[in-house]
Amino acid sequence: MIQDLLGIPPQALFGQLLLGLINGSFYALLSLGLAVIFGMLHVINFAHGALYMVGAFVAWLLMIHLGIGYWPALLIAPLVVAAFGVLIERTMLVRIAKMDPLYGLLLTFGLALVIEGVFRHFYGVSGQPYPPPPSLQGGTNLGFMFLPTYRAWVVVASLVVCLGTWYAIERTKLGSYLRAATEKPQLVQAMGINVPALVTLTFAAAVALAGFAGVLAAPMYQVNPLMGSNLIIVVFAVVVIGGMGSILGAVITGFGLGIVEGLTKVFYPEAANIVIFVVMAIVLLVKPQGLFGKA
Amino acid sequence: MATETQTPVAAPAPSGGVGQRAWLFVSLIALVLLALAPFVIYPVFLMKALCFALFACAFNLLIGYVGLLSFGHAAFFGGAAYVTAHAAKVWLLPPELAILLGTLFAGVCGAAVGALAIRRQGIYFAMTTLALSQMLFFVFLQAPFTGGEDGIQGVPRGHLFGLLDLNDPYAMYFTVLAIFVGGFWFIHRIVHSPFGQVLKAIRENEQRATSLGYDVSRYKLMAFILSATLAGLAGSTKALVFQLATLTDVQWQMSGEVVLMTLLGGIGTTTGPVIGAFLVVMLQNYLATTALPATVVIGIVFIICVLVFRRGIMGEIGHLLRWKL
Repeated sequence: MIQDLLGIPPQALFGQLLLGLINGSFYALLSLGLAVIFGMLHVINFAHGALYMVGAFVAWLLMIHLGIGYWPALLIAPLVVAAFGVLIERTMLVRIAKMDPLYGLLLTFGLALVIEGVFRHFYGVSGQPYPPPPSLQGGTNLGFMFLPTYRAWVVVASLVVCLGTWYAIERTKLGSYLRAATEKPQLVQAMGINVPALVTLTFAAAVALAGFAGVLAAPMYQVNPLMGSNLIIVVFAVVVIGGMGSILGAVITGFGLGIVEGLTKVFYPEAANIVIFVVMAIVLLVKPQGLFGKA
Repeated sequence: MATETQTPVAAPAPSGGVGQRAWLFVSLIALVLLALAPFVIYPVFLMKALCFALFACAFNLLIGYVGLLSFGHAAFFGGAAYVTAHAAKVWLLPPELAILLGTLFAGVCGAAVGALAIRRQGIYFAMTTLALSQMLFFVFLQAPFTGGEDGIQGVPRGHLFGLLDLNDPYAMYFTVLAIFVGGFWFIHRIVHSPFGQVLKAIRENEQRATSLGYDVSRYKLMAFILSATLAGLAGSTKALVFQLATLTDVQWQMSGEVVLMTLLGGIGTTTGPVIGAFLVVMLQNYLATTALPATVVIGIVFIICVLVFRRGIMGEIGHLLRWKL
């Protein structure tokens, strides 16, 4: 039997560590998407949190109105969000493509307000419950802690998706086009690759990741129109800490900060809300370009 | 960065030369109108609009003249409001001291946030200010003196310099007007000083300003502190007007609102932020009476501004008339 560590019962410690890993999963999935979008479009997508919320809502609406369960929703909701992303990119982002990135931030900020406002108008601010699928209910007693199956699934699923995204970008043919187009769009276009389509595809895929994260979150947190807006600011801090230069860097930073946050909840709960911002301030002082950023 | 990027401000209109006298004339008319306005229009509305106008002007000092987009100005605005409300209600300080304390607090916060944020540029600067202001939001949410979700209510307005009873709406209005005019004039002086010229040089080409021997970081930090302090002055005044300081004023949505006011009126114009602030406050007052969801409308205005109206109202007018407004 493990003794209490520094007066903290192991159940509480590992429970919070697991919660931290789960928050870290969402930070990783969202900051990964932000990094990919920024690399290709030079836009910081403020609406990323709102699209994460849309993913959760699509899953909930599918269940309520069509009786479609969790597993199909895990595929359908990201596709719906991706389609929405194509619409956003084709109608709006493409018009500000050559301008200062700050305009992209302002545009997507407005977009986030609209998306959130619409959902709040129709569904209020109270959360809607979404049950986990029967196959992922219950949990296992590991001796030192109780491990709910659904939470374990969230960590594994997001790790797999993050690594899959890394593989797709760094190790496949399409990924190499993408990296090339990030560096020299004109040249890649001249070689006969449809760069605008690649840009649209990138944006759609990245927001689909946000939608996927939303479905993963739905059974744990309640489905709420405001679930994305506070998350996105933390994710911004994660991005500032990690820098947007590296895919794996975003994933590591996301999970790492989730764990730091979880540990803070155990040892000094009052600071749990602000610990990531404090880490950001320290990183800015020590290594202003971010942990994985290029100088 | 190898690629040339446009600055997020209206291209300076070719100066056709509007005489100093014409400016003086227009300013006088505006002042007379503002002095007569409370006898025609509801004074509380005017005071709210003036507070936001000063807030937007303070914000514009940073984005319009240094090219720095701060997404965290709500922390200074709302933070100053809390300090002023606390000073007036619990410490029973007179209004002038309460406002001074709130403003100073915003300046100190601005120095801390600015020192960290100017270590990054462009888009990272915006994200950093947003994140740091969110941190301050949580601090205010949890600090015992702010009253959590309830905020600080029933703040006494008191007697200005022990003489003028601010509970009289007209006395309060003319105090707010004096603060606004003072702040506006101060910003005007900053922008047209040698210091302001260096700020504009940094906006246009940071590397060149550095190579000319200017300590760019110091100038940016100074501008940030000035902007935060003036935003605090606006927030402190608003706390006395509404006798209230709440979480609404420190939330990130408020940072977004001031961006919208400035963008709508015209980034980098002198009068644009004032016009933008009046329009946004009017729009919000109108939306409060309808069933339309306010955030959706505000969001749509934001999108339209960015897509087709980047110069803003005064920027467009200035462009058409070839005047620098």
